Amino acid sequence: MKISWLPTLAGAAVIGTVIRAVFFTPLEARQGAAQKIFYIHVPAAWVAFLAFFLVAIASGVYLWLRDPRLDRFAESSAEVGVVFTTVVLITGPLWAKPIWGTFWAWWDVRLVSTLFLWFIYVSYIVLRGAIESPELRARYSAVLGILGALLIPFIHLSVYLFATMHPMPIVGKPSAPSLPIEMLITLMLSLVSFTLLYFAFVRARYNYAAERDAAAARTDHDA
Amino acid sequence: MADILSAAWLIARKDLSIEFRTRSAFFSAVIFALLGLVIFYYAWDPTAVTATDLAPGVLWVIFTFSGLLGLHRSFGVEAADHALDGLLASPTSREAIFLGKAIANLIFVGAVQAIAIPALALFYNLRLGDVAGPLIAIAILAAIGLVAVGTLFSAMAVNTRLAELLLPMLALPFFVPIVIAAAQATAKLLGGRPVIEVGAWLKLLLAFDIVFVAACTLAYPFTVED
Repeated sequence: MKISWLPTLAGAAVIGTVIRAVFFTPLEARQGAAQKIFYIHVPAAWVAFLAFFLVAIASGVYLWLRDPRLDRFAESSAEVGVVFTTVVLITGPLWAKPIWGTFWAWWDVRLVSTLFLWFIYVSYIVLRGAIESPELRARYSAVLGILGALLIPFIHLSVYLFATMHPMPIVGKPSAPSLPIEMLITLMLSLVSFTLLYFAFVRARYNYAAERDAAAARTDHDA
Repeated sequence: MADILSAAWLIARKDLSIEFRTRSAFFSAVIFALLGLVIFYYAWDPTAVTATDLAPGVLWVIFTFSGLLGLHRSFGVEAADHALDGLLASPTSREAIFLGKAIANLIFVGAVQAIAIPALALFYNLRLGDVAGPLIAIAILAAIGLVAVGTLFSAMAVNTRLAELLLPMLALPFFVPIVIAAAQATAKLLGGRPVIEVGAWLKLLLAFDIVFVAACTLAYPFTVED
């Protein structure tokens, strides 16, 4: 069996990052082991934003060039983005419970914005599933892919204004802590390995979409 | 530009006269809004939450949901007998069709608000006279943003398998900044805060309107080409 290098490399990098994060990165003085989730949470959030940014770019270029490969890429990137956003939404509250004392905090702008990001791209996937014609599906989802990206700053700003006008709970919220070098290296490794994982997933999902479309085209041809 | 606006107005008048003669969607949206006001009142403990605290959230949640009823009708009426194809075949620009639909929806949503807001004042025992000016400004800005996004998604949703089920799912995330801004600004006004404190929210609504009226007008032609 031929070994596909990208998933192999991405998998090895993620495993290596996790081993380094767990065994070879110092414990954070105040948060202890809970802080380790940072090395999954932050790169997952980075990949989620990268994924949806690339959906918007691919959507915009699709409406211009009408190349079905761009639509397939947007489809793949959105699905992978939703998976990583789900990881962010699970790891965030898991960390918040011991540190903030609560799973969910409506005043945390990033957490709430991420939830809405998840809603937008889940509805993007539902929209794709609700349209039969591939050409119509590509155009509609491109429109939603672009508008969704335009919406994110507005949600972020409105939640920010909402949060700053309400009393903040008094908890030890780390305000932009400067990381020791060992932690910084682990974080950088996690960002790189998760980005590799993103591309591995998108490529696999893209290949599936390409084969599905090719099979559909053959069926249409025979019929 | 004048051509586009006059064509848009013609389309808006067509939609409004259909609506005026049947009044089907308008009555259901108004009754829905009034029922919502009543049901929400009983959904809270009146000894714990005062009507003044409750009112802004109730108003803007009902506004978005009753708006969806009107928005769905917007392109729903064109689906019968492929009426939209006739509209698209006419020598009217796609932008004008979108703007005409949006203007008709704006008048529809505004008319529902014109009944729902006084009804809110009556049922929730609010004195809206002092804050009428800023409240109308909030209502207009919120309605423009809601209608711009909602009209586009209405055009898209009618062509999908899920039709009316899809519209709320597509549109509600986009209504989040509108509802947050409008409800928070209304709460400030009803709480007797100075008008200057709602400035940030009004700016947010205005920015939303500018970005999404432009984006949705430009995006609409991509949803109807064949």
